[in-house]
Amino acid sequence: MTERFEAGRYDVIVVGAGHAGSEAALAAARMGEKTLILSINLDSIAMMPCNPSIGGTGKGHLVREIDALGGEMGLNIDKAFIQSRMLNTAKGPAVHSLRAQADKHLYHTEMKKVLENEPNLDVKQGEVIEVIIEDNKAKGVVLRAGAIYYSKAVILATGTYLGGKIFIGQSSFESGPNGLAPSLKLTESLKKADIKLKRFKTGTPARIDKKSIDFSKMEKQPGDEEIVPFSFMNDELKKEQVPCWLTYTNGETHRIIYKNLHRSAMYSGKIEGTGPRYCPSIEDKIVRFADKNRHQLFIEPEGLNTNEMYVQGMSTSLPEDVQISFLSTIPGLEEVKIMRPAYAIEYDCIDPTELKLSLEFKEIENLFSAGQFNGSSGYEEAAAQGLMAGINAVLKIRGEGPFILDRSEAYIGVLIDDLVTKGTNEPYRMMTSRAEYRLILRQDNADLRLTEKGYKIGLVTKDRYERYINRKLQIEKEMERLKKTYIKPSEANVFLEKYNSSKINSSISLYDLIKRPELDYDILKDIDINRPDIRRDVQKQCNIQIKYEGYISKQLKQIDQFKKLENKKLPTHLDYGKIEGLRLEARQKLNEIKPLSVGQASRISGVSPADISVLLVYLEQQRRRKGSMDE
Amino acid sequence: MIDDTIAAIATAPGEAGISIIRISGSKAIDILDSIFKTKKEASIRDFSQRRLVYGHIVDREKNKILDEVLAVYMKAPYTYTKEDTVEINCHGGIVPTRNILELVLRKGARMADPGEFTKRAFLNGRIDLAQAEAVIDLIKAKTNKGFDVALSQLEGSISRNIKDIRDIILQTLAHLHVSIDYTEEDIEEITYPQLLSNMEIVKEKIKRLLDTSETGKIIREGLNTVIIGKPNVGKSSLLNALLKESRAIVTDIPGTTRDVIEENLSIRGIPLKIVDTAGIRDTDDIVERMGVERSKEFFNKADLVILVLDASEDLTKEDNEIIELINDRRAIVLLNKTDLPQRVKKEDLQKLLPNKKIIQISILQEKGLNEIEEEIVKMVYGGHIKEMDISFVTNVRHKNSLERAAKSIEEGLEAVKQELPYDLIEVDIKDCYDALGEITGDTVDDNIIDKIFANFCLGK
Repeated sequence: MTERFEAGRYDVIVVGAGHAGSEAALAAARMGEKTLILSINLDSIAMMPCNPSIGGTGKGHLVREIDALGGEMGLNIDKAFIQSRMLNTAKGPAVHSLRAQADKHLYHTEMKKVLENEPNLDVKQGEVIEVIIEDNKAKGVVLRAGAIYYSKAVILATGTYLGGKIFIGQSSFESGPNGLAPSLKLTESLKKADIKLKRFKTGTPARIDKKSIDFSKMEKQPGDEEIVPFSFMNDELKKEQVPCWLTYTNGETHRIIYKNLHRSAMYSGKIEGTGPRYCPSIEDKIVRFADKNRHQLFIEPEGLNTNEMYVQGMSTSLPEDVQISFLSTIPGLEEVKIMRPAYAIEYDCIDPTELKLSLEFKEIENLFSAGQFNGSSGYEEAAAQGLMAGINAVLKIRGEGPFILDRSEAYIGVLIDDLVTKGTNEPYRMMTSRAEYRLILRQDNADLRLTEKGYKIGLVTKDRYERYINRKLQIEKEMERLKKTYIKPSEANVFLEKYNSSKINSSISLYDLIKRPELDYDILKDIDINRPDIRRDVQKQCNIQIKYEGYISKQLKQIDQFKKLENKKLPTHLDYGKIEGLRLEARQKLNEIKPLSVGQASRISGVSPADISVLLVYLEQQRRRKGSMDE
Repeated sequence: MIDDTIAAIATAPGEAGISIIRISGSKAIDILDSIFKTKKEASIRDFSQRRLVYGHIVDREKNKILDEVLAVYMKAPYTYTKEDTVEINCHGGIVPTRNILELVLRKGARMADPGEFTKRAFLNGRIDLAQAEAVIDLIKAKTNKGFDVALSQLEGSISRNIKDIRDIILQTLAHLHVSIDYTEEDIEEITYPQLLSNMEIVKEKIKRLLDTSETGKIIREGLNTVIIGKPNVGKSSLLNALLKESRAIVTDIPGTTRDVIEENLSIRGIPLKIVDTAGIRDTDDIVERMGVERSKEFFNKADLVILVLDASEDLTKEDNEIIELINDRRAIVLLNKTDLPQRVKKEDLQKLLPNKKIIQISILQEKGLNEIEEEIVKMVYGGHIKEMDISFVTNVRHKNSLERAAKSIEEGLEAVKQELPYDLIEVDIKDCYDALGEITGDTVDDNIIDKIFANFCLGK
């Protein structure tokens, strides 16, 4: 046995330096705690082992929120992007979503640089094989080479490294992502601490050689001309952008895949882990949607200094020879050369219902976790949890209450509440449809929603806070001006006619004109003579707030309703087994989850509306009993 | 701990073999004792509990027998509510049942809130695991399902109806969500015309359910009817004729004023509460008469106005004034005294009241009464007369939820017509979905997400 030695003491130790670990470590260090981040390999800090992009529907919202709270992901992708697009612009403002293609290598080096230069943060390579847990409290970690680091809190962000196993066709081997070393010993230590682990699976498509692709047979997908930065700290970004390429599968592709289904690791039953529905392998798509005669795929660059191209839409666990033969049926890929084959990877993760909303383990104090280890999927989901785990670890060791965002405040709140309250049967991905109040949770107002909170907990810098205040004031000022600026019929009617907008008989405010579906802030420029020179994002914000005021207030009403149940607090020591009237399943589930509020209880699967009524009656009964005792 | 006594009709509303009135609370047995008369003038307490006893319900103040019944009392704590409980089995039909209930309430019980019996059962610590689910549905004020089998069957069919509507919405929502969340996928986005047609279907279905709610209310509470007309046109004879037809006359409860008489009767199973303004003192000034506050109030809250006119005399100023009053009301116009020479022609009258049903009758000769009854039935059941087995929304909470759902879907339709962005339209559709879910107690959960992945091929 390796001889162990004490190597150092920290406030917070973060295990893993992926997207979750990086945010967790930065948050803890920036809040002033002495922090250590450990990675199996420092060359894999903030590595993007799957798609070379950040953001997208729902995910883009998360990145904006991370940024608004003082996290790093938004700033880092703004440095490393090579193409930027605002998706969904044809739809409403709530679902506009930013997505950027990243230069993967640059993304990694930029994040590594930030970690290395963060005061209070030590960056170290090493495999954690044990979490030291005494009296149900996390006390530190042990590295493979014997070093013991003690700390007040430990954050696990092990990603797909933990118990990692790669499948390519019938071949399988222990491995972390992308051929990196897996973490094989830590699982044992966690099991000893009664942490229940399960297996999830995810997959990534092949990387192919740019030189072997005939782009003339594909459709070019350029970036946007007007680049919206991810970070609220950046006003505008200018950069030469690189295109992506669109092409399609066909009957021949499907035939080859179908014929070789038995050689797929997934279909031959070799993989036991559960994969995500939203990220099905190509064999899955072909089997489940047999009537579709083509599937689209995007060819995306992995960076500026590499020929590797990512084949989005073609994740598979078929053997490499089958991969080559079906890829070469696709227009533009006839001569395709694979540089890295597609693979599926299985890994250990927890049932996130073992966690509190603060991401601390219910049964083990000062142990927090984030990212794929918690059953999520995606860089952005991981980063969001990492940030929150980092914040909450610090608050915990300071003896302060946790920082929890609810479902009406942030996508981050939705993400964590979903995971912790409902659990997940597949790697969890954020989608805007998961958010009930998405008209409020827009990507354009993440700073307005969250920066104040981030400032209060000490994560948002003064610089950022002032920018936010400044933007907020500008918006308020401009809104006020639009309300007070009246246009006379003589000034407006010719203009209104031009835009097929009904004429006015008496003066009308610009504010009310913006509300008309056929008009908006930009259009009104012609009759808004004294328009001040203000930032584009301020203009856009005013436009959204005015145009959608009616719907926004509808949603605010829904939030009021939601808050009613959310504010009915449930004591954590409540023994649900003793509440008469609750169904057995509900008792078990409630005892497991220990919800903080009736609202949270209502979202637990297996707790029916009837059970919620029982809880409400019970609370009422308690209140009365207490009342009569007080008398 | 709970000291008042509550009472309610426990059986389904409408015509039935028997109805049950249930009373629970410390005064339940005393109340029964005060209104129950056995053959030998014995107290109910002379009989053992849990035994059905034959006797009559009497209003002793008025010295009047309300109905012949079977009554039973059960001592706490071995009852549903763990309180003293009484059940009175009376003859079915809304009128006797209501009369007994009113008497019980007069004797000191309080009208139970929906689900209150079960709420008491729960609060008093009665444990029934098997029934827990049902129990709590009741606490949610759905209906007295636990002991109201007939109504719960109605509920079942309402739930099915709601479920059908929600399925359509769910499909639409899933398609909408996919269109929003998977912009880059190779998927046919939902179009405005598609949205419009799906939502129109939803709107129509909700509307149909809502239409039944009025019928439901009438079945439960009776149709408030007022007979108006100037003196001597035959109002009283009409009332008497209708009462004669109705085999269910039991009593006349004095109205809240001395001037107004309210009669309860049942026409082909529809309970009617008829207010006869005949009792109002005669005066030539029709405006003054209508101005009498109480009768005006009755007139205003009436579901149905029956205007009686004398066909044998020219229309007078008063007649015309009344005709004006009923113009925008649900009303039946009766041209009485067709046995005499006719001065008022139906066609001329129809011109004055183009949308009203005018029936020529002769109360003296008992002509046209059938037609009146048919018209009332038609009005109450509307287009549903042929689908008598479809559910009627009888519950106020359900009605409120349906109204909210209807409002949301209409606002959503408006948004679709304006081609507003999908994410805004979604707010309305989701609202509609949730409002309907409140009726069946369903929550959204991951339904939509499951639907998305089941129906669309997505992913990288």
